[in-house]
Formats: sequence, C-alpha cells, structure tokens
Amino acid sequence: METVAVKRKFSGKRNRLDKPELLAPAGNLEKLKFAIHYGADAVYIGGQAYGLRSNADNFSFEEMREGVEFAKKYGAKVFVATNIYAHNEDVAGIEAYLQNLYDAGISAVIVADPAIIEVALRAVPGLEVHLSTQQSTLNWQAVKFWKDEGLPRVVLGRETSFEEIEEIKANVDIEIEAFIHGAMCSSYSGRCVLSNHFTDRDSNRGGCCQSCRWKYDLFEDAREDTVWVSEEEMQMQAPAPFKLGDNQLPLFQEQDNSFSMGSKDLCMIGHIPELIDVGVDSFKIEGRMKSIHYVATVVNVYRQAIDAYMADPENYVLKPEWVEEMNKAANRPLNTGFFYDTPDHEDHIYEPEEKAVPYDFAGLVMGYDEETGMATIQQRNHFKPGNEIEFFGPNGTFFKQVVGEIQDEQGNVLDAARHPLQLVKMKVDQPVSYFDMMRKKK
Amino acid sequence: MSTKHELLVTAANVTEARALLQAGADALLIGDDRFGMRLPGNFSLEETAEVVAMATKHEARVIVSMNNLMSNELLKELPDYVQALGRIGVHAVEFNDPSVLAAIKEHAPHIHLHWNAEMTSTNYATANYWGTKGASRVVLARELNMDEITEMVPFLKVEAQVQVHGMTNIYHSKRSLVQSYMAHQGRPVEGHLGKERGLFLIEAERRDEKFPIYEDINGTHIMSSEDICILEDLHLMMEAGVHSFKVEGILKSLAYNEAVVRAYRKAIDLYEADAEAYAYDEEWLREVRELQDPERELSFGFFYKEQVY
Repeated sequence: METVAVKRKFSGKRNRLDKPELLAPAGNLEKLKFAIHYGADAVYIGGQAYGLRSNADNFSFEEMREGVEFAKKYGAKVFVATNIYAHNEDVAGIEAYLQNLYDAGISAVIVADPAIIEVALRAVPGLEVHLSTQQSTLNWQAVKFWKDEGLPRVVLGRETSFEEIEEIKANVDIEIEAFIHGAMCSSYSGRCVLSNHFTDRDSNRGGCCQSCRWKYDLFEDAREDTVWVSEEEMQMQAPAPFKLGDNQLPLFQEQDNSFSMGSKDLCMIGHIPELIDVGVDSFKIEGRMKSIHYVATVVNVYRQAIDAYMADPENYVLKPEWVEEMNKAANRPLNTGFFYDTPDHEDHIYEPEEKAVPYDFAGLVMGYDEETGMATIQQRNHFKPGNEIEFFGPNGTFFKQVVGEIQDEQGNVLDAARHPLQLVKMKVDQPVSYFDMMRKKK
Repeated sequence: MSTKHELLVTAANVTEARALLQAGADALLIGDDRFGMRLPGNFSLEETAEVVAMATKHEARVIVSMNNLMSNELLKELPDYVQALGRIGVHAVEFNDPSVLAAIKEHAPHIHLHWNAEMTSTNYATANYWGTKGASRVVLARELNMDEITEMVPFLKVEAQVQVHGMTNIYHSKRSLVQSYMAHQGRPVEGHLGKERGLFLIEAERRDEKFPIYEDINGTHIMSSEDICILEDLHLMMEAGVHSFKVEGILKSLAYNEAVVRAYRKAIDLYEADAEAYAYDEEWLREVRELQDPERELSFGFFYKEQVY
C-alpha cells in the first residue's frame, strides 16, 4: 500500500483579518469608552508599569477589568503597551505583571524588549504578544524571526514604505500593524536618548521630554583642519560671512527659523484603499496622551472610511468632510510619513511648534427626547446661546447649529453652561444619540 | 597580545588599524557603512582581509559591525557579505537586526555574534535571550550606570562589552535633517554633510555644549557633546568581570585614539599583573588630556548618573 506523505499544516492564526482592525489609544477609562463607542475594534492602554507613557494616568488592574468588560459589549479587544526597554530592576516583576494583565482579560501585550517577550510566551501562553514599533522592524526576515518565536503580530517601524510592507506581507504569513495617524518620533523609535542627555529622563522607560521639538542652532566648524572645501567656496555658500579658523560658523541668519528635529504628524485618511489593499491588518492611531475629542474625532473618521471602502471598494471616494474633521482635531500639520518616500523639509516643523486645536469638546449628549427635540447635554466646556456648535457621533450624527435657549434640569433658563459636568437641556436641529459629542469652535 | 580583558578600538582605515594595534589594542572594530552604523571609516572586503591578517600577527581580533537596521533591499546583500567575512576569518560580527543573526548562522556559523542594540541593550535578561539565540557577547547601552553594569555581570551568560572612552550617539533618524533644514531656508547644500564637515548643534539653553551632527547613507546622526572617560574607575569593571572595553574613535584623530589606547592598555596590563597593587595614576591620562578638544569635556557619561522616568 502506498503511503502518502501528508504535509502537516498548522491551522494557526489567521494572517489576514476579514476587515482591518482599527486600533485606538486610550489614555484612561473614559477615553477607552469613547474610542470603542466611536468605532475602534481594539484599544491599547498603559498599565502602571513597563509602559512608555509614565505621564499618562495609566490603568490599574481594576480599571483594566472594567475597560475589558465595556469592550466586550462591542466585541472589541484591549491591548496593553508593555513597551519599555527593561533595566535589571524591572526583570523580576515581569511574570506577575503579565499574569495580572491576562487575569484582567487583556487580549495582547505590545512588547519591545525580548526579555518581556520571552516571559510572556513561556509563562502566560494565553496572552498574545505583539512586537512593538520600538524594535524598528523594517524587513521581512526580522518579521519572520519574530513569527518563528511565536508572535502573531508585528508593529512595523514607522520608516517602512508601502513597497516594503508589500514585500513583508508577500514573504511572511503574519498580522502586520502599522501606525496610520498621530505624532511620530523623527528618530528611529527607541534610538534617541536626547532626553537622557538633556534632562536625565530615560526616554526608553517613559521619561521622554520631547527634546526633538526644542530649538537648536546649526553651526559649522571652520577650523582649518575641518574645512571641507576652499575658503572661497565656503564664502559663496555660507549664510554669514565665512572666516577660516572660526570654530562656530552659523548656518543660519538672524531671522531664520531654528533647526529642529520635530516631525509633522502622520495622517493617512487619504490612503485607506492602499493600506487595505497592501494587507495592513491593524491600523494604529497614536496618542494615549491626547484628548477625548481627539480620539473620538479621529476614530470616527477612520471607522467611516474603512467601512465605506470594505462595503464598496469600486465606488469608494474620500469624503472632503473626513479631511476637515481631521483638521479639527489636529494640533500639528499632517503628512504621510514614510509610506511613499523619506520625509523631506516639507515634513518637518521649523515654525513655532504647537498650534492650538481649533475646537473644544463642549458637551456630551446624555439623552434625546424625540417628542420635543430637546437634548440633555453634559457640559464639558463653557458654552452659551449664540455659540456655533457641531454635533457628531458614531451613528451618523453630523450637523452644525447655533446654541439657542439653555435650561437646567429643572427647566430654569441659563445664560450659559458654566459648570463642568452640569446637565443642561437645549433644542437640537436634528436627532442625536446617547454619547454623541458637541464641539465648539474656539 | 592576548589578555583576559579585551581592549577594543574602532579604526577608520588600514593605516589606523596598524597604528592602533601597535598602540596596544586587542581587537579592532571595523565595517562597511551599508551594514554597520556610525563607523569612523569604510572597509572594503580586501581591506578587511588585510586588517585581519595584520591583527592575526598581533594576536588580535577583528570584529565587524553589522548592527544596522536592515531593509528588505539590504537583505539580498547579506549572504555574500557574510560568507566573505567568514572566508576572511573575522572573529565576530556585531548585530542588532535578527536578519543578521540568521545570515551568520546560515552562511558563516563559525563567526561569533555580538549583540549590539545601542541604547536599547539595557538588562541581563535580554542579553541572555540573545545568548540562547547564539550571541556570545552583549554590548551594553552607554546609558547604564556603574551599579547597573557591575550588578548585571554575575547574571550574564554572555560576555559584556562596555564603551569606556569617546563620544556616543544620542539620536539616529532615517531622515536627512540637515539637508531638510537647509532646503527649508532655501539654501542649496553643496558638497557632503558627512562627519568630516564639522557640523554641530547648540541647544538654546545650553550654549556651551556642542553636539556633532552628520548625515550618511543611514540617515542623520547626532552625537554627544562630551567624551566618556572612565579610566579612573576601570578597575571596578575589571573586578566585576566585564570582558571587553571599547574605545570609540569616531570623529577623533589617530594620534588621540593612539593615546587613549595606550592609556587603557597600561591600566589593563597593570591590573592583570597585580590586581591587589593596582592604583590608578592620573598621569596615564596626561597625553589624552593634551590632545583633548578643549570644547569637549571628558566625563563619566552615565556611569554615575541616576536617571528618572
């Protein structure tokens, strides 16, 4: 009888999700709820150890449990960023910490340091391990290495282009997560200790003080042993009069902007079809320190774009209002990072850095009476009759109106909604839903 | 010369390699910019072979830096390069990217593997992890302090290497930041922006610190404003069992690097001859101090700093 060699196949993990996952940041429990309600398939949070945002109000295990419960109702998952580069003193507690995460119902940890990966795989097999972007993984053999180690997902370095992602997907059967929106290190993530040098704050353990966004002056050393061409040639090019032997020759003039390493923020809303077609499995939004308004706005837009493309790729069009929405949440100019090409001078910020977000989160819809058209709104920022406001929400709410009469819960007319979390009633021009947001132009 | 502790120094070219071996280096770190990062110079395979032959006569070793972050494109070049290094007889390769580890294991398994992830090699468990993957040495982050280093050694299953002298990299981007800045100002950049150009940054609040900056095929590199010098306390690390001491020679003259190698050579030899009687002598550093750039302080780096986060 002939024996047929059966090639054993592991069914393993799916390498391609049915629909790309929209993964949003959640700096605290409230932000988690907004991110999920507004359309995130998964959120990533920080615990009280091993994370890179030591300034964020990170989750206790109790809060994690509550977050996981909330997420479950939406079929969403909660990941924990455990992405520091550990020091000796951090090693001993890793196993207990990861076990606690698993017990709290966390689906995956996002890890940079192999010391943590190794413990997670060995001691807490139910907990998925995703390789953090902090590992700056840019090539398919490195991705394959981590797959062979047992990781179902790799978050690529932000330096990876579309072309490179395509090659990685073609060579390795693994989930690929990529940042599609938010602030970016201009350095290779993890390869910057400016913060350590300037302020003794360890950037790779969450202490980053964003020195890359500070202002610097650029000079050239014109000592005779370092000059690279003739004095005459330098004279032609130097912004300031060139003097051979000078050890501090400015490469800028008085009125020029300073040198900076600060990058514009990533925004890929204009390129959803390419991201889906190239096979990115998880679309990641940066920003555990960002506001509720930011998270809700950005998640809401990407949710709509992804759903629109998946429903009907042929007739998909980028809606101008999606782009407008992004600008309402942004506090820095936006660009496409490394997806198409290496960023150049137009992708950096040399002008004064932060611009204020143009909109405030003014109120949260807590109820709506169809009969009267009155909405109950929880105040989140000062607003008063005559203010131009916008309502938006995950169920398609999207309209502008002017604030009319405002009443308190007893029906007394108010001149303004002054108090944080105060409940007020006002007439709205269109129906609204629970948890829709009301924003006000500053 | 072969000693218990290794004195490792970078070299920019064959001439420097020869001089530094004569000055007392036990090992040389060289490489090719495509695969290594922040090297003082580029070595072709022929030059690498020449240095290996030269080092062998001195009973010294050659370590090749391949600790770049590799792209798909570079993967294609790894097998040939690694096979050539194997034929040439280099002692070890420094790696960070797992693709280099895989290439060495497949194409030149006799080459030792030294794990060097720059600022992210920060604990013994990760070093031992790479040890189980085949690494025989960890190059520790320059941001660790003396206690972290000495306390780590007993837990290490691989050799430890510590940078003891010279400048360090503090920021690495794939972007061309100097070029971008000049373009933003509307000024053309002629010539190169490489390390010989003498470019540096000054931060608004720290006017007396000069941070060298340069561009090469791997992007933009910003370097520390001070030079590490831990000769005074080298014995603490020898006592703790750190195996290799690295002198970083980038952006320094050969004369300076020779003086540094001679100073550390003296300390290591005296310690190995009689650890009990060993006493640091400030005089060992005289030549180094004479050649030291007056605008760059010799400092203990992070050896005695407490960092917060």
